[in-house]
Amino acid sequence: MSVFLEVVDAGSGNTLQDAGRFGYRHLGIATGGFLDPIWAACANALLGNALATACIEMRALGPKFKVVGGVLHIAITGAVNARVIRSGGAEQSLKSWHSVTLQSGDQLVCGPVQGGVAYLAVQGGFDLPEILGSLASNSRLGGNSIQRGLPESGLMIACHDAEGAKLQRADPFEHSSGSIRVVIGPQDDHFSKEAIDSFLGAKYSVTNDFSRMGMRLAGDPLKHLTPAHADIVSDGIAPGAIQVPGNGLPIVLLADCQTVGGYPKVATVISADLPRLAQRKAGDVLQFEAVQIQQAHEIDRSQADRLRRWLGMISPYQAAGYIDLTALYANNLVDGMVRADPLHPFE
Amino acid sequence: MGEVQLLALGDAAWTVQFGTLIDEATHARVMGFVAKLHVAMQADAPGWSLVRDVVPSFRSVSVLFDPLHEKAPGLGKVLMELAADVQSQRLAGRNWLLPACFDSEFALDLGDVAKRHEMQPKDVISALCDATFRVYVLGFMPGFPYMGGLPQKLETPRLANPRKVVPPKSIAIAGQMCAVYPDSSPGGWNLLGRCPIPFFDVRADPPALLAPGDTVNWYEIDRVSCLEMEARLASGELLTEKFLQTSEGLQ
Repeated sequence: MSVFLEVVDAGSGNTLQDAGRFGYRHLGIATGGFLDPIWAACANALLGNALATACIEMRALGPKFKVVGGVLHIAITGAVNARVIRSGGAEQSLKSWHSVTLQSGDQLVCGPVQGGVAYLAVQGGFDLPEILGSLASNSRLGGNSIQRGLPESGLMIACHDAEGAKLQRADPFEHSSGSIRVVIGPQDDHFSKEAIDSFLGAKYSVTNDFSRMGMRLAGDPLKHLTPAHADIVSDGIAPGAIQVPGNGLPIVLLADCQTVGGYPKVATVISADLPRLAQRKAGDVLQFEAVQIQQAHEIDRSQADRLRRWLGMISPYQAAGYIDLTALYANNLVDGMVRADPLHPFE
Repeated sequence: MGEVQLLALGDAAWTVQFGTLIDEATHARVMGFVAKLHVAMQADAPGWSLVRDVVPSFRSVSVLFDPLHEKAPGLGKVLMELAADVQSQRLAGRNWLLPACFDSEFALDLGDVAKRHEMQPKDVISALCDATFRVYVLGFMPGFPYMGGLPQKLETPRLANPRKVVPPKSIAIAGQMCAVYPDSSPGGWNLLGRCPIPFFDVRADPPALLAPGDTVNWYEIDRVSCLEMEARLASGELLTEKFLQTSEGLQ
């Protein structure tokens, strides 16, 4: 028996992602994948999924779904205030960082994402064919509309059958704060030492031009050594690379960026800092700090350790006797409860 | 010939750089290094399991890898050892003879390019078909080939106003290069014609028609032949292998 998420409203900025597509960049195919692999891993872990199981990645306005065909266990991580509308009409607010059971006929309204990215994981993952080894959305590779990155209303997304789930929760994984760490180069020789020092001291702000391909920054323009140094013969680029075109304003490349590019790169964000960078929103202020590669690897390892500790803190919780708002407002104003279960703080 | 340099592209990628300009000699070293790297990776797959992508470009190769892998700290040194005595591979790939249709419906910029160079359109077509192009790199979009070898008399800058939509399969030129748009896309190159062969098909293995190191010669076909070829390629009746050249000519 198959369970589906039917897209009632696609929202905006929502795609299907997993760890990405490796081994195809030489053909001009972007890696793609989770902008914040850590919060995606958390959503998956709350359901007992493998950490890189495909999730729906939400930016801007999350989708509205209807559960069709059976029971679905889901978990959301991120700054989203989701709601479930039960088939009887009762509404329940859905806390992120908790796994939840949805019944056939329930509607899941994800709502606006308050900055950054949020993840919706389903237990067992999605029952969809991989394209070139991955489920990461890519408009150039075909597949159904969510696989092309443009989910349509009416789309039925097949979910794997889940076996009995325990309800689990954990405190949100807090990303570190502070400067974004970078490794200088590869085209640092296109800039004077003074220019690089000012790049590392500068405060940049995240503009509205922020997509899965990259993030444009506003701030004091960075000067190239000469105007001719504003271009290079195209070479390999990667997520995290910071390109500086002729106007001097940095562009930080992200998961869906192209594979080769003709602007000089002053520095590259370290892998460990890409997840928290993706959680920034337009208007945020960013600063960069240079580190050596070895330090970058140490930072990555200690973040991996911190995630392992977080996984160990996942604990079960009891579903509260939830307050049926419809009944409360319509009926029983005296005692105000429809179910008599002991009430756990729903927060 | 430049010294090979190892450049850090963050903590999860190295760029092995053979030069800073586009020229056949540098690209031959790029292809030689890629070949050597693939041999090493095949000979010891577990030892190379940290490598996720090997991306050649005009004058360098970027190697993307898992920064948490135990072999990550030593990878740069290993790559430089491999790069040290690279054998240039000039003729690394396959030779293609590909059909090109220059019908006015497809050759949207042929008139302008001809006028700019004070040539007749038919002479632009001849010059294009006389040239042998070399695939330097695939990038920009899946399967898009940057090919060098455009005759100097045809060198044309990109459009001042890029198109919002370039039709799929468009043959295009810009600067000193020739390319084909595998699919519709925004684009600023000058459109000269259409090639009926799919340049990218996700179901094919490999999904891209061309690879760096391949060479391409164009031959002119008319509109009717172009549409017929597209249909026969789509149905599987005509295979892309048919367009591979041997030294004796078309197979």
